Amino acid sequence: MAPEPQFPTDRPRSADPRREVDRQALITGIGLVSCLGEGLDAHWDGLDRFAAGGPVVDTTSFPPFPVHPMTALELDRQIPKRGDQRQMEAWQRIGTYAAGLALDAAGVKGNTDLLGRMDMIVAAGGGERDYKVDAAILAGLPGAADPGAFLNEHLLSDLRPTLFLAQLSNLLAGNISIVHGVVGSSRTFMGEESCGADAVRIACARIAAGQGDLFLVGGSYNAQRPDVLLHYEMGRKLWRGAPTPVWARQDAGGGMALGSVGCFLVIESRAHAAARGATPLAHVAAIATDRCRRRPGESAATATRQFAALDGQFDPARAAVISGASGVAQPTGEERDVLARLGLPVRATGSAIGHSIEPSFVANLAIAAAAVARGKLFAPLEPAEAPMTAPLAQALVTGWGHWRGESLALVTAA
Amino acid sequence: MAQDSDHLGRPIVVVTGMGVLTSLGEGQAQNWAALTAGSSGIRRITRFPIAGLRTNIAGTVDFVAVDEPSGPALSERLAERVIAEAIAEAKIGTAGDFPGPLFLALPPIELEWTQRRALADAAGVNAEIGYPDLLRAAAEGDRRAIYERFLFGSVGEHLADRFGTKGSPIATSTACASGGTSIQLGVEAIRRGETQAALCVGTDASVNPESLIRFSLLSALSTRNDPPAAASRPFSKDRDGFIMSEGAGALVLESLAHARARGATILGVIEGCGEAADGFHRTRSSPDGKPIVACMRRALEDAGLTPDAVDYVNAHGTSTPENDKMEWVGLTTVFGERAERIPVSSNKSMIGHTLTAAGAIEAIFTLLTIRNGLLPPTINYETPDPAIPIDCVPNVARPGTVRHAISNSFGFGGQNVCLVLGAAPQE
Repeated sequence: MAPEPQFPTDRPRSADPRREVDRQALITGIGLVSCLGEGLDAHWDGLDRFAAGGPVVDTTSFPPFPVHPMTALELDRQIPKRGDQRQMEAWQRIGTYAAGLALDAAGVKGNTDLLGRMDMIVAAGGGERDYKVDAAILAGLPGAADPGAFLNEHLLSDLRPTLFLAQLSNLLAGNISIVHGVVGSSRTFMGEESCGADAVRIACARIAAGQGDLFLVGGSYNAQRPDVLLHYEMGRKLWRGAPTPVWARQDAGGGMALGSVGCFLVIESRAHAAARGATPLAHVAAIATDRCRRRPGESAATATRQFAALDGQFDPARAAVISGASGVAQPTGEERDVLARLGLPVRATGSAIGHSIEPSFVANLAIAAAAVARGKLFAPLEPAEAPMTAPLAQALVTGWGHWRGESLALVTAA
Repeated sequence: MAQDSDHLGRPIVVVTGMGVLTSLGEGQAQNWAALTAGSSGIRRITRFPIAGLRTNIAGTVDFVAVDEPSGPALSERLAERVIAEAIAEAKIGTAGDFPGPLFLALPPIELEWTQRRALADAAGVNAEIGYPDLLRAAAEGDRRAIYERFLFGSVGEHLADRFGTKGSPIATSTACASGGTSIQLGVEAIRRGETQAALCVGTDASVNPESLIRFSLLSALSTRNDPPAAASRPFSKDRDGFIMSEGAGALVLESLAHARARGATILGVIEGCGEAADGFHRTRSSPDGKPIVACMRRALEDAGLTPDAVDYVNAHGTSTPENDKMEWVGLTTVFGERAERIPVSSNKSMIGHTLTAAGAIEAIFTLLTIRNGLLPPTINYETPDPAIPIDCVPNVARPGTVRHAISNSFGFGGQNVCLVLGAAPQE
């Protein structure tokens, strides 16, 4: 038995067309931070001027790997208690900060009634380690008479008790509940790029089905971490050397350039947004996530099915693709071929903000929403990308995991 | 014949297959026999050296072997075994082709000391070693297998490869409520009509030195090391912390209509789910118990039941001073005077705290309680806590008719889930 198609929001489910419209999933608030700065305007400007101005990138901290660093954040503006800031590591501070921006933008910050009913889905990996403690233990282990006892003793005496809470995947959500009071419900999804797309998909499906009205969805990533670089280097997934845009990297074997990103969206039903007088930015008209084993051609086949399901829902003359291509050779090459057949203008945002794993899909949805709201696409990020002069009405967002998972969303005007 | 839809017109969600594996053994039969006999699965840790540890006991699963041992490898293997048991019982789909999505409660994954040390050894540095040295070592050997093993998505993807579940697998973490969340995700998907069946799994194999020490540093673990079987004592006055444990549970969920159409045996009903987050503190629950109360009330409301309909509570009951006190506050608020008369038992007295897997494992034990008309005990109940006048089914299993039960799961980080579970509908 095949599962039901996963395009719930635009599919007729009820006999009452007005109810269908009421249950549409709208983006009513965006919080986005990256190397390009804070907020949608900063990102629009940064993307539009990228080809001329060049990348914001750190090439000296983790050579030979370029990393797109987080812009300086005035944490006090979104995380007022210093005690809360101290209880978090950078990935949580980035995420809690971005969540606060999204709540502000949606006009729900501090509204205990709405926050008490708000459902949260966070896409998360794990938190930072204490690198000094790791290094000291690794240095001591070879000479230790009893390595097991040595490890136990040093972990017990050297780890900060609260570090665990900064590492646990679900504690970004926990911190958002504590700092911003989002307490309707709290779920955390894990699983690299796919979990960000699944978080949005499930929020939209629940809105369409009346299983919720008001959601906070997003995640954060700190790329300025030796432990995550170590992990991806073991997989041979990283781009080395001079910063190079995503498509141009493919001629030299491909690879990811990681970027620190925080992005949260407030997504709510049209009826709920209208009832509280919220101004929607964009409509998540469709979203699909899927997987395959990544044998050659399988990702392309998966994505081709996803695009076919959207046939007739967008106008090719007024649509563009915001691609989440990671830069890793095999999936990026297949995606490039699929997108070439589609023939729409494409922007791979990883060139400018870096690849941010869990929140990358959410961030690209935010950028797509900004483009749709402005009615135009920003300038090409590299020569492989075609300019677009026609007005933009719809944006397609791709999210192919660097290892597994293929996702696609359609963002239209609200 | 009973209706296919519930009090809100949604598809009724039933359970048609279950698989469970804990420190008590493998499979429903072994676990149920040990659980109702009051046996403990808690033992001295032998997996790694325990020198210097404040807590040296755990509910490890030592009878399942994996190549290249690690948390994610054992979590995946445990999940495979419980899924196989659940699918065999449900007789659903064909081999390698499960007709629905996978919702997986999974502990966070990160590189462990075994792998970190291997990299350090390969780096060949002695006095001073740091991440730049590890990165250099990583660039030299072929460590792609380690990279894949420690991706958060790897367990779910491998399970999807093996069992042929449909769509993107969801791996969820709501700390100690994760198993409940995985079931709730499955219930919601079936109620939306997205699928007729879902595979909901919780698995956890996190007993390694660093994880144990992290919980120890939060003063969350019992230090009553001798004898190990007596350490977990939920609701007792002398309880002093939880016991880290391993295990897995899998449930095949289906719409009642789908299960009935294919002639499946219905093991029970997921009647309602409720959740609430707590914004009070990272490890402590609101002193007024509001989020705990809210999640129980929301679950009952979702099920269309009043508190009077509940015959049994499968408690979160971790054996920490804080949890058991707050759970009792919540129960008395929801059930009023009846709280002292409803049997409330904690499986964790015997299997310890299976963390991410607990919600799934304990939902299965609750359904077995309903089916067998036998309430598993809370063992080690020797010194009642006068502040908690609870009927915890002390020490010995007790026969009892249960039509509706609730199963609680409360997590660090303030994530709380309550499930309402009911007997199979009468035909």
